Amino acid sequence: MSVRHHVSDELLLAYAAGSLEEGWRLAVATHLALCPESRSRLALIENAAGQLFEDIVVEQPMTTSFDQLRQRLEGHRTPESGAVRHPTGRRAGGVPMLPEPLRSYVGGDVETLKWKALGRGAFHILIKTGDATTTARLLRIPAGRPVPEHGHGGRELTVVLAGSYHDGDRLFARGDLEEADASIEHQPVATPLEDCICLAVTDAPLKFKSWLVRLVQPVLGI
Amino acid sequence: MNETASELSKDEARILLERVGRDRDMDAFEVLFRHYGPRVKAYMARLERDGSVAEELMQEAMLAVWNKAHQFDPKRGNVSTWIFTIARNLRVDAYRKMRRPDFDPDDPGFVPDAAEPADAALAHAQEAERLRAALAKLPSEQLELLRLSFFDDCSHSSIADRLRLPLGTVKSRIRLAFARLRAVLEDDR
Repeated sequence: MSVRHHVSDELLLAYAAGSLEEGWRLAVATHLALCPESRSRLALIENAAGQLFEDIVVEQPMTTSFDQLRQRLEGHRTPESGAVRHPTGRRAGGVPMLPEPLRSYVGGDVETLKWKALGRGAFHILIKTGDATTTARLLRIPAGRPVPEHGHGGRELTVVLAGSYHDGDRLFARGDLEEADASIEHQPVATPLEDCICLAVTDAPLKFKSWLVRLVQPVLGI
Repeated sequence: MNETASELSKDEARILLERVGRDRDMDAFEVLFRHYGPRVKAYMARLERDGSVAEELMQEAMLAVWNKAHQFDPKRGNVSTWIFTIARNLRVDAYRKMRRPDFDPDDPGFVPDAAEPADAALAHAQEAERLRAALAKLPSEQLELLRLSFFDDCSHSSIADRLRLPLGTVKSRIRLAFARLRAVLEDDR
């Protein structure tokens, strides 16, 4: 079964430009690993970048001569190590549920995970990234149950890894990416046959640093 | 005073890069350096006013081109795209200091493409030509948006601020631009 819900052009463009923050990038890269069609759209965008790069305006000449570069090359002479990363937690002969780069981020495939209860039968695992602006987590939603409230005010990207869920009349299954923002009221519900496991990345919850703001926060109700 | 860097056709660039990868051909590498070095430096300089830092990053990128030339696969894209992605990754690593999560085609969890037709490389070269023509026909405001996105490390909301446009307009122009490029490529198929 192929992926039905694809990443948007805006997100792919930011991915291709290298301007996407780590948390969002993790979600987009995980979707791309599972979706050849989105990768071919990425290829078009990167080829457009390559063409514009060919025509980029050159204002300053290079100061490096070829002989200087050549000397650096010879001093360098580190042959490509050809080092192949060995993905961890790979099921013998099987296809891991968590593709790279996600598997390395959580430290193994699905059977090695230590889930934490979220209540109402749901579980989650926070994923450590270097990106303070987003929160990334794996969610496990019991078959037939709704996704618990996980409070996000801004954008949310969800990539389905196992099982499926309905959001309104749309069905999301393995590899699908759902992009939601604060303006969208949504209440995803896992389909009845199987628990649904997904990667969810959201804007980090707002934290008010100042003690004064913290003091008045309950009063203002923000 | 825009210095016009040397001209190189897509085929010439591909043949040169393949010679670097296969034969470690220093003369071929020199031609690529003279053509792409100034472009890589210009790309680095879009974020870095200090010319010597841009120059250093350019050298790093060209060393990576030499070291990775054997990995270049003409079925996946052309030389300018390949060198752009190398320069981009170096720039992200230099400025963002973050892990750069990416999919890995060698991972057993990766869902591969449907088998490529035997003439994929040829089809690809023709597609690159059509893409070039289609880009030349895009409205200038869409092209400017793409350049700002690719080269200036601007988020779409900062582009919106810079051009004094609503964010929704920026997003819809991006969608329009790629819809147009895709339509041109599909029409000719």
